[in-house]
Amino acid sequence: MQLSRNRKRGALQGRIVHWLFFACAAMSVITTFGIVASLLRESLGFFGEIPVWEFLFGTTWSPILKDAEGNRHYGVLPLVSGTLLVASIAAAVAVPAGLAIAIYLSEYAPDKVRRLIKPILEVLAGIPTVVYGYFALTFVTPLLRSIPIQVFREDLIVYNALSAGLVMGLMIIPMVSSLSEDAMVAVPRSLRHAAYALGGTRLEVSLRIVVPAAFSGIVASFILAFSRAIGETMLVTIAAGATPRLTFNPIESIQTMTAFIVQLAHGETPHGSLEYNTIFAVGLLLFAFTLGMNVLGHFLVRRFREEY
Amino acid sequence: MTTTEATATDTTLSVTGLDMYYGSFRALRDINLEVTRNSVTALIGPSGSGKSTLLRCFNRMNDLIPGARVEGQVLFNGEDIYHPSIDPTEIRLRVGMVFQKPNPFPKSIYDNVAFGLRINGFRGNMDEAVERSLRRAALWDEVKDRLKASGLTLSGGQQQRLCIARAVAVQPDVILMDEPASALDPISTLAIEDLMRELSRDYTIVVVTHNMQQAARVSDWTAFMTMGEDRAGYLVEVGDTHQIFTNPRDERTEGYITGRFG
Amino acid sequence: MARAEITALLNPRLAVRKRIGTVAYVIFIAAILIGLAGLASLLLRVLWQGAPWLSLHFLTDYPSRFAEQAGMKSAIFGTVWIMGLTGLFTVPVGVGAAVYLEEYAPKNWFTRIVEVNISNLAGVPSIVYGLLGLAVFVQILALGRTVVAGALTMSLLVMPIVIIASREAIRAVPSTYREASYGLGATKFQTVKDVVLPHALPGIMTGTILAMSRAIGEAAPMIAISALVFLTFIPTDPLDEFTVMPVQIYNWVRDPRPEFHGLAAAGIIVLLAVLLSMNAVAIYIRNRTQKRSEE
Ligand SMILES: Nc1ncnc2c1ncn2[C@@H]1O[C@H](COP(=O)(O)OP(=O)(O)OP(=O)(O)O)[C@@H](O)[C@H]1O
Ligand SMILES: [Mg+2]
Repeated sequence: MQLSRNRKRGALQGRIVHWLFFACAAMSVITTFGIVASLLRESLGFFGEIPVWEFLFGTTWSPILKDAEGNRHYGVLPLVSGTLLVASIAAAVAVPAGLAIAIYLSEYAPDKVRRLIKPILEVLAGIPTVVYGYFALTFVTPLLRSIPIQVFREDLIVYNALSAGLVMGLMIIPMVSSLSEDAMVAVPRSLRHAAYALGGTRLEVSLRIVVPAAFSGIVASFILAFSRAIGETMLVTIAAGATPRLTFNPIESIQTMTAFIVQLAHGETPHGSLEYNTIFAVGLLLFAFTLGMNVLGHFLVRRFREEY
Repeated sequence: MTTTEATATDTTLSVTGLDMYYGSFRALRDINLEVTRNSVTALIGPSGSGKSTLLRCFNRMNDLIPGARVEGQVLFNGEDIYHPSIDPTEIRLRVGMVFQKPNPFPKSIYDNVAFGLRINGFRGNMDEAVERSLRRAALWDEVKDRLKASGLTLSGGQQQRLCIARAVAVQPDVILMDEPASALDPISTLAIEDLMRELSRDYTIVVVTHNMQQAARVSDWTAFMTMGEDRAGYLVEVGDTHQIFTNPRDERTEGYITGRFG
Repeated sequence: MARAEITALLNPRLAVRKRIGTVAYVIFIAAILIGLAGLASLLLRVLWQGAPWLSLHFLTDYPSRFAEQAGMKSAIFGTVWIMGLTGLFTVPVGVGAAVYLEEYAPKNWFTRIVEVNISNLAGVPSIVYGLLGLAVFVQILALGRTVVAGALTMSLLVMPIVIIASREAIRAVPSTYREASYGLGATKFQTVKDVVLPHALPGIMTGTILAMSRAIGEAAPMIAISALVFLTFIPTDPLDEFTVMPVQIYNWVRDPRPEFHGLAAAGIIVLLAVLLSMNAVAIYIRNRTQKRSEE
């Protein structure tokens, strides 16, 4: 009798605990739901006044300042181009450097060297992004401007896509290198042996066997790093400028989607105003961009894992 | 010079006083062995006696293992393959290898076979070369309609024959095989054995096997290895396969063979 | 075709291939050096510009219009508040979610969604969390731009890190321990509480520290929620306004006057010092448990 009552109480307790843990896990789904719902809700106010196509395909972005005729413009393309410009410069740095580092670490480095270098590179990933912004603005831009070529010495302005992009490249190197290295390390050793046994040099084995075999994992690392670059905020807010401009010229000042959100997100923008809704519309677009790339990246990582 | 030429005619590999270390662990002690050209030599012996290690000494695959080092001499066609002026890459081009588990590259069947030729700057007709190699490996008829398919889509036995075709493509003098059939079903095993016999007309084959019947069936020469108290492997007896299996000189050989047969 | 004819068609050009290999090796090393040089110049730059501005009063004074008098007291206290509350919110929920996924979750579509969802949440840009916080905590829940709104936002941001790390730690607990516990008649909850979690604790702690070091450097979502003006008071309850260290640094960086860049660098030194000590603790915990498990 006593025993069975205890057991019943135990079963009830077990169920409650089960549901508590379940609620914790469900929090993550609720978070996603919250993100999507709040972005949609506030964007709806925006799209009520500005047609979607005008937002997506308009080439002028000036939601705050009026032009000579007194009109504001809500074409997001300049923000998109600014975002892609900086992210592409970053990728141009991080993809080759990160891949080279990954090949070195996975195929060349003795164990001791790998154990020394990996944590040092991880430090790069752990540094807060405001610090990178500071570095780009106060060090890299002046450094570029000291290069005795006219483009740099005279045309490069204080806020520019180039130094933000270069520094962002440095920042995402460890992301590319460690994810690519993971993919390459997972390639079975026996494939390397087969290639060496056919008279391949270390470089040939790395580039013709290991890299192709790890290809989807490597591409995933590029995509995830690019997505990170697109979502990166403080670095571009500090160093790339606040001038929305439809350009792919790296020495110009631009504005990214994230930098625009920061510009209006703080305090003074009244809740419910069109400006306020604008940042959510841009946020929604940003979210869609990064989500798409992340889903693709994770899909590739998983597909790669299934290959072996 | 004359002695080298003389040995070059009938001996492909000649090992003298070979010691091999993994770091401070001595895996092979004082190996002396002559491998006869265009024949099959089987390496047999208990697990851990250093058969694979010795095999890897023949194409310098041990160079890839950190801390591995070799003392003594391995002559390949009279040339010391551990001489400082020798590039291991060159040795591996001429001494091919087939591994225990089939390990085709995750590429097409065609590209698997063409790989060695491509990296070594083959200037002939690639299609012909691929077909010839696949024919040599008795795989052509089974794959000729799907050369573009991934090598991983083949069955285990087919994959192993693909690996043999891949090794044969660059026309090595020697093909080293480390338990090439141990991961395969009996029918595929027989196919590989037939292939070894057939290939031994043109190639020198050294094969490691745990299967005594297989050694007896395919090999012309058999070398028996075992290991000492210090776990260092050494060669007990080498000889004509028939003699080793019917009339071994050493009782350790006899004990091993009868134990394994029984 | 005879074998000699085929061999004659091979042109291995070993010398050339070796030279290409050497060039590639040099390139690989150069890539590493670029990374290391970037890191070194960043750290040196910060030290060089910030060190002269570091002093005790920099830690104990409020921000000011005058660079000489400016300090980051309010930012430091704000960061302490945010970190404290974030830890309080994140750890129980994050570990709970990890326990659910590792110990309870059935293999069904919902579990699968939760898993995919967590890895995708980890990749959502931090500014988007700022917008979420702004819309939900600041506006809908009407918490305003307060410490608690900031901490809730930050919790959601770092939750995936805690969940992922805790799951790994829980997974690493040998299943024999669980079986032994069940064998003694323990319930599932007792097993989790008394066997699994204690053994997973070091891993969970390391993951939590990792999450906190991410949180401590995040400026973007806090800009959307903190007070951007120079605060000259410290929060005394969760419904006060606040600022945090990285936001304070941002304020100094965007000031065009070079003195303020010096202040920014000094602030960065403080921030990096905190991060460094947090990571040192994490590494210490990890090494200690590794040693213990090797014994
Ligand atoms: N990479 C290595 N590093 C260190 N020791 C090794 C390595 N490979 C093999 N050994 C050791 O060398 C000895 C010989 O190993 P080897 O693999 O050559 O034996 P084997 O005769 O091929 O055995 P099996 O029949 O099981 O394949 C063993 O004691 C083994 O532990
Ligand atoms: Mg072996």
